[in-house]
Amino acid sequence: MADQGTFAEQAMEYMPALYSAALRMTRNSSDAEDLVQETYLKAYRGFGGFQEGTNLKAWLYRILTNTFINSYRAKKRRPDETQLDEVEDLYLYRRLGGLEAAHAGRSAEDELMDWFTDSEVKEAIEGLPENFRLAVLLADVEGFSYKEIAQILDIPIGTVMSRLHRGRKALQKELYEYALQRGLTDRPSGPGGVGATEPVDRQPAHTGTTAHDD
Amino acid sequence: MAEHHEHDVSNCEAALAEIYTYLDGELTDEKRTLIASHIEGCNPCFEAFDFEAELRIVISTRCRNDDLPESLRIRIAEKLTLIAKGDEVDDGDEGARSVEA
Repeated sequence: MADQGTFAEQAMEYMPALYSAALRMTRNSSDAEDLVQETYLKAYRGFGGFQEGTNLKAWLYRILTNTFINSYRAKKRRPDETQLDEVEDLYLYRRLGGLEAAHAGRSAEDELMDWFTDSEVKEAIEGLPENFRLAVLLADVEGFSYKEIAQILDIPIGTVMSRLHRGRKALQKELYEYALQRGLTDRPSGPGGVGATEPVDRQPAHTGTTAHDD
Repeated sequence: MAEHHEHDVSNCEAALAEIYTYLDGELTDEKRTLIASHIEGCNPCFEAFDFEAELRIVISTRCRNDDLPESLRIRIAEKLTLIAKGDEVDDGDEGARSVEA
């Protein structure tokens, strides 16, 4: 049993991460603040049930996620249950792979980091249907294991893996749209995958699949 | 023990099928070793794994810089202090507690 008196000193350090996660979940700062506050008050009241020595961060995320699913989601219309498009594996790599090595003297990671702004990555994640969004957020942003995510979301590990698989591909597809808009690459006009590396005219947003079909 | 090169994972298709479980650190040690030795000797696979690993870093880094409002941190600390003293505290979301109960 955990001692309530030690809750603050143990749990406060996770607040920035929980707040970021809450923003991705609720998609607005006012709900995110309420969600984090409610999470901390619930966690404090339930801290006696926390097994000291186990993963406090995962425990807090479980409360955060449950609170979000039970309260904040219900405020909005029904969650979007639309199916994700079928997206091929390695979607982004097949289109942009190789571009990140194009500039000498910079690391590939720096190059890739420049492709997408903070708000683009955040919007891409926030645009995912909720089930997929939570899985991707917990794995790729927070770094939880499949087992931890299964416990946080209360779903089987196989479901975690399939949501991650499809959610990540959908995320890559969304990021690719940003890359196109910024003229980072051209829409492929023929076989071969990776398009021109030189700057091209900016593409209008969300033109679908009809552009540049030669 | 090191001579496992022609094992079932030693081809590109099998390695790429495990790219996410590999990057997620969810493979058994044995399978992880097999894939690591494959991508070490296979440049196309190495490029793909490297790209996905870098993309993962970009995604998590880009989502980590939301500024926690100082007012929120203070408000939560104050409410926790009040509860600790035995005072009733408004959770700030009236509907939430009934949903939880």
